[in-house]
Amino acid sequence: MNALNRDIKPSNLLEVDNIEVRYGQFRALNGVSITLAPGETLGLVGESGSGKSTLGRAVLGLAEVSAGTITYLDQDITHLGRAQRRALSREIQVVFQDPYTSLNAMLTVGDILAEPLMVQGISRTEARLRIQELLDQVRLPSDAAARLPREFSGGQRQRVAIARALAINPQLIVCDEPVSALDLSTQARVIDLFIDIQERTGVAYLFISHDLAVVRAISHRVAVMNQGLIVEQGPAGQVTTNPTDSYTQRLLMAAPVPDPVAQAERRRARQAHMAATGA
Amino acid sequence: MSSIDLQSPTPSAIVPPERYAVLRRFIRNPLALLASGLFLVIAASAALAPWIAPYGPNFARLSMVSMPAGEGFILGGDGAGRDVFSRLIYAGQLTLAGSFLTVLVASTLGVTTGLIAGYFGGWFDRVGGWTANFLIVLPGTIVLVAMFTLIGPNIMITMVVLGILISPNFFRLVRNLVVAVKNELYVDAARVSGLSDARIIGRHILSVVRAPIIIMAASVWGIAIVVQSGLEFLGLGDPATPTWGSMLLDAYNNIYIGRHLLLPPGLMIGATVASLILIGNALRDALNGDDSAPVAARRNKLAATTTSEAPAATPGALVEVSGLSVGYASKGGAIKTVVKSVDFAIARGEILGLVGESGSGKTQTALSILRLLPEGGMITGGAIRLNGENLAAFTDQQMQAVRGKRIGYIPQEPMSNLDPLFRIGNQLCEPMQVVLGLSYKAAEAKALALLERVGIVDPRRVFASYPHQISGGMAQRVLIAGALSCDPELLIADEPTTALDVTVQAEILDLIRDLQAERNLGVLLVTHNFGVVADLCDRVAVMRGGEIVEISAVKDIFANPQHDYTRSLLAATLEDAPLRPPLVPRLPRQAATVAAVEIAQ
Repeated sequence: MNALNRDIKPSNLLEVDNIEVRYGQFRALNGVSITLAPGETLGLVGESGSGKSTLGRAVLGLAEVSAGTITYLDQDITHLGRAQRRALSREIQVVFQDPYTSLNAMLTVGDILAEPLMVQGISRTEARLRIQELLDQVRLPSDAAARLPREFSGGQRQRVAIARALAINPQLIVCDEPVSALDLSTQARVIDLFIDIQERTGVAYLFISHDLAVVRAISHRVAVMNQGLIVEQGPAGQVTTNPTDSYTQRLLMAAPVPDPVAQAERRRARQAHMAATGA
Repeated sequence: MSSIDLQSPTPSAIVPPERYAVLRRFIRNPLALLASGLFLVIAASAALAPWIAPYGPNFARLSMVSMPAGEGFILGGDGAGRDVFSRLIYAGQLTLAGSFLTVLVASTLGVTTGLIAGYFGGWFDRVGGWTANFLIVLPGTIVLVAMFTLIGPNIMITMVVLGILISPNFFRLVRNLVVAVKNELYVDAARVSGLSDARIIGRHILSVVRAPIIIMAASVWGIAIVVQSGLEFLGLGDPATPTWGSMLLDAYNNIYIGRHLLLPPGLMIGATVASLILIGNALRDALNGDDSAPVAARRNKLAATTTSEAPAATPGALVEVSGLSVGYASKGGAIKTVVKSVDFAIARGEILGLVGESGSGKTQTALSILRLLPEGGMITGGAIRLNGENLAAFTDQQMQAVRGKRIGYIPQEPMSNLDPLFRIGNQLCEPMQVVLGLSYKAAEAKALALLERVGIVDPRRVFASYPHQISGGMAQRVLIAGALSCDPELLIADEPTTALDVTVQAEILDLIRDLQAERNLGVLLVTHNFGVVADLCDRVAVMRGGEIVEISAVKDIFANPQHDYTRSLLAATLEDAPLRPPLVPRLPRQAATVAAVEIAQ
């Protein structure tokens, strides 16, 4: 897995080519293309209704794609049947935004983590070992398996969701606003955990967030979405500090910085920009 | 049969229970215990009738025809001289079994079809819905009576048909619950995990709909007993086997000679149905986790001890909070303190930020100034002086005059703070008419001016709109207009931009800043976002665990935080987090499973 042969150009893990998703008349995605390399984080940033979550759901097979293709390791996964999708679950996993509704409150943490293992036909004893390993990996106490989700804080629940996604060693995790519901300090710790896991396992993230600062901290590359289109895509540092697209610029100028002097500056720049563009 | 159309359990019935807690709560309910005990005794005696009953169901003594108790007949003899007590016990067999058959048919049919319709939707859902509606509008009792003429006195078949007629209740309940659960994120997560539909239904969906089904089954059982007894009472039963309904009929036929005969079957039916319904209710309460002991409704009242020894006001402060404590009454009567002796002051024209993580007490502090603490919350100490007057000591009536008129409030969720049933103009004008005593015309003129001031391009259109017709950002502008409509001196904004997109947030922050300067308002801004603090505030108070750990000018907090907690919070902001180092190229692991499926195709 850690092959670093310079002669081989690593192929992309995921290629989304010009896809379109419609909800009735509404075009949630209007010709969107992204690529993702093994071990890479692509940050997907945008405001509500921009289509960023829809793109994640399309990759997961939870939203129907009406045009374009999604390729995973050179195989077309745009329209998979249920059995094929099930097989693909070994490869692509998900962490959702809301740690309160993404875990079934009736099941213990152990049951929740056993679920993806069961599907892969892993034996009970083996699953128990793997669950301990996973809890350890996301730094939850080992007695967590016997407890119910409601006994945990938001940050801890999100760790459970991450452990579930990691359970069968996927190569890609779609993270849909996984830290937006968390407190500031919890958010920073969970992002550190995401980065740490990526460095250890080589998993790739499609990381969806409305927060430029979050996306900047975790991504290698960033794609900015607006109204079902990607308006700008590039290295994280460049897109989040020196954007070229006017919408990205507006987004950046609108995000308040936690520094009164810098923020006063940013506010002036934004107001000048708005006056200049007649907005 | 509209009488069979049951009330669905409340949506809160799907709140997940803790393991064993449900049983514990159920057992703790004395009425539930009594009802289950009674029902068990009735059911067990019916099952053991041949061993318990002193006589056979058809054993008769001519001397006992319609006679009161005597000759070993504890409850007397019926119209044919048979022992009422023995028959009562035997009758339980057919009554309970027949009505249980109804429950079984109704639940099996309704739950299966409801699960399929709810989970898969499509044509099955549509056809299921039509069928359910059709069955519900059928006059059930009349159908059953008509059936009697076709198939004769077969109570079991009648009960099966009744089960079919009642099944739409289960269908609707289960279908609606499933539709609600189907789109939960954990079901999506299970799907991504590769679980098959059957497994998702079995594991995730059934666990949620299980409880409401049990509750409904209990009441359906009760209803089935009543319907069955009714049919038997009309004489549409099998005369050879006793049921409570047929005993009632016998009693009615002999009402002039043996009036005492009515009582035993009547009581039996009543007691059984009542105990079933009580069991159902107790189950619902237990599943709802309804052990919130009735906390004395001392909402927003303060404990008597506070005000007198509170320190005197600092001159010049618009609002001064000193030694403020807020607590919630818990079950045992103990008070859980969520805000602990908090002090701060806001001058006219000043914006104070109250910043902290969830559970820090920042919102509780803000709401206690408005005296709008949620149920069970109260000010347990300290004073809140608005221009020198202690709000903590105000009566609710006095407080009415303060809210809106002297203190304006901007909430976090703009949409949920507008009533969807009323036009925006209406919601803006009413407070002005009540608080300021303006005429509708004057209020309307002022509302339109305010809407224009908060940056709404077409105030007249928004004035005439319903809340669902405007965007979240616009709704927040409307609420800001509302907060300012009665010209308050102090504005309390509780996370006013948290629910908004970042570009809209910037506009709303600009608006709050401009209005504050224009009207020289004091503002208390509750937020978790240090960017918002840096943008808007003059001073900041940092809260943790109900206490203010640090309060100072905004530039000092950022440049030179004093408290460790403030430092750790600022360190957790991501704006100057390091960028990731460039990606080291690596080869993907080959996806064996997908390839295998491809080959298998």
